[in-house]
Amino acid sequence: MAVDTQTVEKLAELARIAISKQTIEEVSNRLGDVLQLVDQLQAVNTDGIAPMAHPLDEIQVLRADKITESNNRKDFLELAPQTEDGLYLVPKVID
Amino acid sequence: MHQLTIAEIIRGLRSKEFSSTELTRHLLGRIQQLDGSYNSFISITEEKALAQAKAADQRLADGDAPVLCGVPIAHKDIICTSGVRTSCASKMLDNFIPPYDATLVENLNTAGTVTLGKTNMDEFAMGSSNESSYYGPVKNPWDTGYVPGGSSGGSAAAVAALLVPGATATDTGGSIRQPAALTNTTGLKPTYGRVSRFGVVAYASSLDQAGPIARNAEDAAHLLSAMASHDPKDSTSLDHPHTDFTAGLDNSVAGLKIGVPKEYFGEGLNPETASRVQDALKELEKLGAQLVDISLPHTELAIPAYYVIAPAEASANLSRFDGVRYGHRCEDPSDLRDLYMRSRGEGFGEEVQRRILVGTYALSAGYYDAYYNKAQQARRLVKQDFVQAFDKVDVIMGPTTPSPAFKLGAKSANPIAMYLEDIYTIATNLAGLPGMSIPCGLVNNMPVGLQITGNYLDEARMLNIAHQYQQVTDWHKASAV
Repeated sequence: MAVDTQTVEKLAELARIAISKQTIEEVSNRLGDVLQLVDQLQAVNTDGIAPMAHPLDEIQVLRADKITESNNRKDFLELAPQTEDGLYLVPKVID
Repeated sequence: MHQLTIAEIIRGLRSKEFSSTELTRHLLGRIQQLDGSYNSFISITEEKALAQAKAADQRLADGDAPVLCGVPIAHKDIICTSGVRTSCASKMLDNFIPPYDATLVENLNTAGTVTLGKTNMDEFAMGSSNESSYYGPVKNPWDTGYVPGGSSGGSAAAVAALLVPGATATDTGGSIRQPAALTNTTGLKPTYGRVSRFGVVAYASSLDQAGPIARNAEDAAHLLSAMASHDPKDSTSLDHPHTDFTAGLDNSVAGLKIGVPKEYFGEGLNPETASRVQDALKELEKLGAQLVDISLPHTELAIPAYYVIAPAEASANLSRFDGVRYGHRCEDPSDLRDLYMRSRGEGFGEEVQRRILVGTYALSAGYYDAYYNKAQQARRLVKQDFVQAFDKVDVIMGPTTPSPAFKLGAKSANPIAMYLEDIYTIATNLAGLPGMSIPCGLVNNMPVGLQITGNYLDEARMLNIAHQYQQVTDWHKASAV
């Protein structure tokens, strides 16, 4: 299945990945190859088969609603590219 | 000293033939001297290793040391190590130093192991040749013109090159077993949920599982015994009692029923590889095992289902890398959108971007049912094949890979050819079953792996079979160096 460059641009926007104009053609072709591979699935009859999300069909485990973590704010903020006054710093979002 | 297995190290440390510090220094020296040719390590943690070795020697002297105390190992660089860079072989995490240990690292630290460093891998574990690493490809110690397999290529190559006796690794579609096969090492992907995923950077959460790569089954059993645990921090971790996987290694395999799926011996399989695997099956027959022809009719669905499910989960998991809280951030972002777009465009390599885009496509409006839902249904068909087979047989065996290692660069221009490398290993992950690869011969002096797939939670039996095979054969002792 071929993927046009507009579709790739839309996917890149949804995935928030900048793709250069020079490589977009190449990316489209490669994505097309992968989609052609996965399109083999369309040939199989899966009527009445329940989708399988977890290998062991386990149910979600719940735990008591208790605090178990200490406050590691300083450790986590140290990993950030830019912080100020104990907060993550990003370009201005609202004027 | 570098030729010692983990079992031999355990004995040698206790009989005071050598200390953990001596062994650690020796291996660190070897890594410094030789790893330039293999590139199997991303980081070497000399200072920490020597401190851990010293502490281990003290515990050994005090007489209260756990089994693995003082045994040097390495961790795949996707596994978080407190205070030690965990890069996932990505530019995105080139500067990431986790403030905590993964549960499996904590378990191994408690067991007294000494960490020599972090091993190279395909970026974010996406690949089968270890060529997508930001830090350059790993070379196969059997022939440095060839790939070691991936994604855990660094762990496998380091063990094969006798730089470290064992290493941790992860397997989402074959990333422990395929490199183990290509480097003549013994690798085990446990049942999904056996080893905690807490602190293992997520690729495809419903498929990812960590396990050991070592030189033989006994050593893999030692490592898995320490790694596995129920972990409240991982909601998919199985609540099972602690198991000593070395306990049953000496059991007889007489009467064992081995399923041999016809689909694993069809088109695409190298005839020489097939012949080595057949020889291994004959060897097991001599030990009293019985071969049973079986069919896994939905085998051909495994790769297409995987390349929907894994990218879909990856596209969600990797959305956390936003250039805000950790990881790579682009220069001078003009606004928040620009910050996200360029940080991720610059930080992720080609294959990672491709899988995120495929996953985004499969999950996007209008395609969800045709791709994601369909793949999840196909996944159940793949699992049902195994469930039916395990009604008749105890384990399933076949080749781990279609052929021995390929040359560096041979498949890097063609992602689909690379994807087909995992044709025999992927179904195991989709089903959540344990899988293993053990050495079973050479083709043109390059290793061949025998894959053992077990029923759920049957790792002890798989290790037992592998160990018994390794008592009567010496393929696992064939050395690259």
